[in-house]
This record gives sequence, structure tokens and C-alpha cells, in this order.
Amino acid sequence: MPRYAMLIDQRRCVGCMACIVACKNENKVPPGMFRTRVAETTAGIFPKLRMELRSELCNHCDHAPCVDACPTGASHKEADGSVQIDKSRCVGCKACMAACPYDARYVHPDGHVDKCSFCNHRTKVGKAPACVETCIGGSRIFGDLNDPNSEISRRLREHHVRVLLPEVGTKPKVFYINRFSTPGQEG
Amino acid sequence: MAVNRRDFLKLSATVAGGSMLAGGGIAGMLMAGDRGGAAATVHSVPTVCEMCFWKCGLIARVVNGRVVKLDGNPLHPQSRGKLCGRGQAGIGLLYDPDRLKRPFIRSGVRGDGKYRPASWNEALDITADKLKAISAKYGPESIALFSHGTSGDYFRSMVKGMGSPNITFPSFSQCVGARNVGYELTFGESPASSCERVDLTKSKVIVLIGTHLGENMHNTQVQDFAEAVANGARLIVVDPRFSTAAAKAHSWLPIRPGADTALLLSWINVIISEGLYDKEYVARYTEGFAELAQAVREYTPAWAARETDLSESQIIETARQIGANSPNVCIHPGRHTSWYGNDTQRARAMAILTALLGSWGREGGIWLAPSAPLAKSPPPEFPEAARPEVITGGYPFAGGEGLTNAVRDATISGNPYPIKAWIMVGTNLLHTLPDPRQTMAAIGKLDLLLAIDVMPTDSVLQADIILPESSYLERADDLFVVKQKEAGIAIRQPAVSPLHESKPGWWIARELMLRLGLEKFAQPANFEQKLKAKAEKWGINFAALTQNGYIPVQTTSGPYISESNQPVFGTKSGKIVLASAELREHGFDAVPRYEKVPQPKSGQFRLLYGRSPLHTFSRTTNNPQLNELVSENEVWINSAAASRLGIGHGAYVRLVNQDGVRSNRVRAKVTQRLRDECIYLVHGFGSTSPWLTKAHGKGANDQQLITRYAVDPISGITGMRVNFVTIEKEA
Repeated sequence: MPRYAMLIDQRRCVGCMACIVACKNENKVPPGMFRTRVAETTAGIFPKLRMELRSELCNHCDHAPCVDACPTGASHKEADGSVQIDKSRCVGCKACMAACPYDARYVHPDGHVDKCSFCNHRTKVGKAPACVETCIGGSRIFGDLNDPNSEISRRLREHHVRVLLPEVGTKPKVFYINRFSTPGQEG
Repeated sequence: MAVNRRDFLKLSATVAGGSMLAGGGIAGMLMAGDRGGAAATVHSVPTVCEMCFWKCGLIARVVNGRVVKLDGNPLHPQSRGKLCGRGQAGIGLLYDPDRLKRPFIRSGVRGDGKYRPASWNEALDITADKLKAISAKYGPESIALFSHGTSGDYFRSMVKGMGSPNITFPSFSQCVGARNVGYELTFGESPASSCERVDLTKSKVIVLIGTHLGENMHNTQVQDFAEAVANGARLIVVDPRFSTAAAKAHSWLPIRPGADTALLLSWINVIISEGLYDKEYVARYTEGFAELAQAVREYTPAWAARETDLSESQIIETARQIGANSPNVCIHPGRHTSWYGNDTQRARAMAILTALLGSWGREGGIWLAPSAPLAKSPPPEFPEAARPEVITGGYPFAGGEGLTNAVRDATISGNPYPIKAWIMVGTNLLHTLPDPRQTMAAIGKLDLLLAIDVMPTDSVLQADIILPESSYLERADDLFVVKQKEAGIAIRQPAVSPLHESKPGWWIARELMLRLGLEKFAQPANFEQKLKAKAEKWGINFAALTQNGYIPVQTTSGPYISESNQPVFGTKSGKIVLASAELREHGFDAVPRYEKVPQPKSGQFRLLYGRSPLHTFSRTTNNPQLNELVSENEVWINSAAASRLGIGHGAYVRLVNQDGVRSNRVRAKVTQRLRDECIYLVHGFGSTSPWLTKAHGKGANDQQLITRYAVDPISGITGMRVNFVTIEKEA
């Protein structure tokens, strides 16, 4: 059984948002709602600046607070490591949304909560998630942590990576490479 | 949208195995994951994108006759399996409820937006009658074409067939013209075969002069850029704004706007004086080195530091980095380069630097265009125009692409002869040409303004007759010859039948040409048969082409210089021209000379503009999918300047230019990411067309504020970064 994860190499992200549009089409995400987004933050004073482009999505946490908070078992951890929502069991109570520290969820107009599924309808047939497939910068890398030869396993070994909000102890399955250059200095 | 996600998943699980294009190739490959039981019909159609003009290969996934997803075609070298956000959002264009759905004929006065629907026959008959009457009264030269995109080619045949030489492209006059002319004068050819031939993945140093790759989103070029950055290419970005690319740079040079040529000339100065140029290459392939070396002697880094507001050490250090990595350096030639009216000489300086580094035809520089021997059809024998093309003001190097601005001038003045009909194909001239007031004045002189478009843009709603074109997802077009390092043929074929009453551009042009007695120049009624015959003439299996979307063809030359693969320079001497006798003969500087540009007065800001990766000019601002993500532009204001003016982040302001033109309200993006004597807008917003229900009134229209422009005396293009604004707080 694979254990899926995503690695986001922020050096490669150009903030083009192709991932967002691909996700919305692939998953029929309703207007005004998003399963992924690209955050931009700038630090420093002109002209000594640093900018971070950070793709964000459901972290498919190993210690998923949404799963713990869900009273019906709709939010659950799959054997492949992804966090999924069984829409038929979801009562729309939003406990999961309150519990999620990453603001990754929204209420679908049909009444259930929804979020990134790691495109499990695609991974089941051997395709990468839609955002990964179209990522122009090659910034999003998806794969199986249980396969030591997968690209993601290799890159995780090669790079220092971080996760978002490590202090909340969620053990995210979305990792980030975020080495940035500082203009005017060696990168 | 009738199919919700749950239904969609059901459909995916119960999909029929059958495909319109079932069998091998892309279509079959992509089907593999979708096979299931019976019910829904799903098929995949490889075709070519036109959300911008990079012309990516794409595959449309069509479920029950509806396009549900667009993916990059992995076989096509301009997409390599990926599509950008705009490419993904082609579905938004296809199903945009605001599309032009039927022909319209103006029923009120021009510009009041009153139209009556018309049948195709009536609209075509009236259009043809008007064109005939104008041609009879004023001569065929009084008919001018403004063209952007694939469909323009069919109307070019029509206008040429009528005997008019006035065929123009904003993509030249308001975009790449100066770059192409500058490189043509130097190397004998442009640095782009549609796509820039930049070898980024092999560059040791990449230099971007105002080019904002990433925000300026061209699929494979940005793929290569990201790859290069990740692989450690040294990136030098020259831009008054901390662009996305600048944020990835090792050296960001926040230059004073308009001083780029000073920096380039001082880099050349350092590279020559320190002997960092490729001496063997220069000796073998170039002419005029001594004159160049003499001419740039005055452009020292200390002098350039004052002009550019950069430090002398930064200039010297970057020059040495560039020189030390010769020839594997890419001086990116840029794309939109109509900035200050001295742009051909800036492009010349970039081309000369490229030549000194020996990077034209070398790894990491500019690769050589491949030769692909494809049988040519004899060109149609268009009638000789009785009067020459309108190029007011001379512009000896304007080239064969016409000048939109010259046609507009002639339309207003009636000199050298009257222009009485404009045909706009996919061009929103009010958002494209500088000073829309002049565009309106010119429109006021016309007997016919004809618009062929997909969307009811601001300019379309000035037209007398509107002909609704099918989007690229509903039509076939002529075969595309793709020239990357490899060459190939790509096909555009309809993913779905034309929606509403829209028609493909080739069909509209053909129907008009039949009515004008120009059938011999028209596309044949059986367009697919023509494409098949053309492909077969080139030795391409047409069935395979329709299934794969792209088929490579043999090339007879390689991308890099070697003893057996020598470059051919199309200059008069057959050499790379460092000092141009041709320019001198026409009274211009043989070697670029630095000219200062006017700077803003106290309290004013220079208006800079650029692109969002999610929009193609004004063409996409109403696209529901893209509008959702970027619905209006923001005006970037330096934090210190905003603080002086008391403007808070997110507040609405208005921009007032030097001529008193006041913009629509626009949100302030208060940021450190910009020099404080300029402001920045993403181009394309602020539509006034009420038919664009999403884009109408959203954001500020930079073009409206560009009432001044500096015409480049060499190429005739319009430099548009010469406007100054003040900022008014919105009550």
C-alpha cells in the first residue's frame, strides 16, 4: 500500500496559479471555493527584500485534527495515508473546519464539507493529482513515501524540508523546500 | 454547470470505452484511466490552445459533448504535458455566458451599445456591400486590418485580395516590434520563432531586462526558467519592480526606469575593457568591433551608476559574472519592448552584448532556429496595391508588419489618403493602442468598423457590424509549424461543435470573400480536406496527426554552432553587425548611444504596467474562471510613497495622468516591491463594455492613462512607459 505525500519546491514556484485552475476544473470546485491556493509574502525593506510563494492545500496529516473532531467518521484517514471525506456521512457540522489549523476546508453548496483529496480518483488509476500534472515550475512533486526509489522519497532525502505549523503536532504529509536567495548576496 | 462533482465522479466510473478518436496515440493513452461500463461518452481531442499566443498543444477531455478538462499535450514541445492557468481556463472562455452568440448590426449611434441581432446572411451581405462601396469610392487601400491571433491570417488574405496593403499587428507596433528590428539589424533575424529561442535550462547566467517571467506566463519558457533556477543558474534581474523573477534572482538590480541602455552599455564597456568577450567568436562572426569598443568607452560603470541609480560595484560585479560565463549566458531578448521610444537601440545593445558573449547559437544562449524542409505552396498572387502602405513618418525599419499607429494617424488626418474601414480581428484596439482618445477620433472618421471576435470587448461595442467567432476549442485552423529545437506540425481541431451561432474565422472570411468575388484567395469549403492534403504533402500521416495533435518533422540543422552546423546571418554582410552602417545611412547611431528619458516631476509617478499570469491583456478579464482568481488589478505603490500620501493598503484610489485623464477606481497595493518614483498596474482591466458583466468597471485601464507615447524613429513602434500620474484618494 502506498503512503502518499506531496513535496513543494518553493524555489521553482512562479506563482502562476495553474494548479488552482486545474484543481477547480478537475474537482468541479464550486465558485468562490478553493482546495489549493498560493500565498505570497514579502519581507524586508526596499531594496533588500525576500519573497515567499507558498502553495497551500490539505496537509493530509498523520495526526489529523479534522479526523479527531469529526463526530460521524466522515473525515477519515485512508490506508494510503490521505485524509478523505465520506460525503454521505458528513452532516455539515463544521467541527473539522474549526479543528483544521490550515484552513483547508470549505462547505460545498450540497451541504457537506469538502477539501483536497490528493485527487484520489486519479491516483487510483496511476495518475498524479491535477495540480501536480500541470505545475509549470515543476514545484509540486507527488508520490509514495513507502517507495524509497520514488522521486519524492529521493528529494526528501536530499533536501532539508519543513512543514507548515510543525508546532501543532499534526505530522503533515505536505513538505516544503524553501531555500530563498537574498538579492545582492550569494544565493 | 449541470454536472456537479458527485455526478462527475459517477460519470467517470461508468464511462464508455469508445472514443471519437479511439485507437492509438494520445487519445487512446488518455482514455486508459477512464474506461468503465456504459453510459457517458468521453473522448479526448488533441488541439492547440489560444488563450495566449504561445500555441501550446492541449488535450480536451469531452464528456457528453461538454469540455470538462484541458491538459497539456505531452507530445507537443510547447506544452510538454502542462498548461498554465489561462490554458486550463479555456473552458471558461468556451462557456462564458457573455460571449458573442450571433451576428449583430448596430441600430443606434456608434458607441451607444444598441444592436439588433442579424442572420449570418444579412450581416455578411451588408458587410460585403459596405466594403465594396468603400473600395469603389476611396480605393481598396482605404480598408485596414488590425489582426491578432490565428484567424487574422484568413482576413489578411481577404484584405490583400481586395488590394489593400494596410495590414497591421499590435503585436508588432505595441509589443515586440523594437526587439525584432533591433535583433534583425544585428543578427539578420529575430530571436524568436514565435517563441523566444532562449536556452534557459543550459544557461549559467540568465539576464532579464524588465522581463517578468512567471508573471509573464509562457508555458515552456517558464518551465525552463524554473528548471534553470532550481539547477542553480545565476539569475540577474533588472527591473524597477521586485517581480516574481526578481525574487528568485541572485542579483536584483532595481534600476531607474528608462535607464536600461545605460546599464547595457556599461556592461559592454566592462566586458570589452576587461577582455571578457568571446574573442574567437567576435573575430569570426562579427563586424564593427573596433567602432563599438571606441563608442562605449565613455560608458563607464561610474557614469552608469549615476544614470541607473545602481551601485558601481554592482554593475562591475554583474558584468564580470556575465563575461566570465560566456558563452553560456542568456541575455533574454524580452517580448513586450515598446517602452520609451528608443527601444530599437536598447534591443540593439542587448543583441550586441549577446554577440560579444558568443551566446547566439551556443548552449545556454539563443539557439539557432531549426531548418525544416517543408514543401511550400506557391504564394497566392494578390493584386499589387495601387498606393503604398500607410507608414506616416517614415520609419525605415518598420518592416512588413505595418504600423497600427500609422494607420490610426492616417485615418484621423486623411493623409496620405483616407482610411475608411477598419477590420478588427481579435484586437481590442481601445486597450491596445496608446491614447484611446485618438482611437475614438479615428473610429469617428470611419464608414465601417467591422469586429470579428469571441467576446464583446470595449472596441467590439464600437463596431457597426459584429461577427461572432468560435473560440479555438470549437474550430479548426490551418496547420501550425512548430519550431522549437525540434520542429513539427500541430493541428487545431474542434473539441466541440461551434456554440450558439458562432463560426470559425476561416469560414467568416471565406463567406465574405465569396461575396467580394475573391474566392480564389479564400479557404476551401472543405477545410479539413485542405489540412489533410497539406499534411500529406509534408509527408505527415493525417490520421496520426489528428490523434496525436503533434508530429515531429525532420530538421536539417541543429540548435548550436559547430564546424558542421554554421550559423547563417541574414544581414547584408552575412556577419553579426556590431556597428551598423545601415543605421548610419538612415541618420541613426551605428552603435547605440544612451539617451535620457524624462523623469517624473515631484508628486508624479511613472506609470509602469505588466502582466498577470492569469490574464492575456484584456482578452481574459471576463473569463469566469480567471475573473474568480483575479477580478481586478491593483495599483502597486511603494510603501514610503503611500505613507507620504496617506494611502492605506487595499484602499481605492484614482490615478490622474499628466493630461488630466482620470482612471477608474483601483485598489492600492502598498508594497516594498517597487521603486518609489513609479507605480505599476497589470494591463487589461477597466473594461467599459456593459456586455462583459464580470469585467465591466473592474480595475483601472492603464491604456486610458497612456495618452502620451514616444514613437521609436527606427521601428515606428509606440513607447508607452512615458506617462506620469498623480494619485487621488477615493472618498
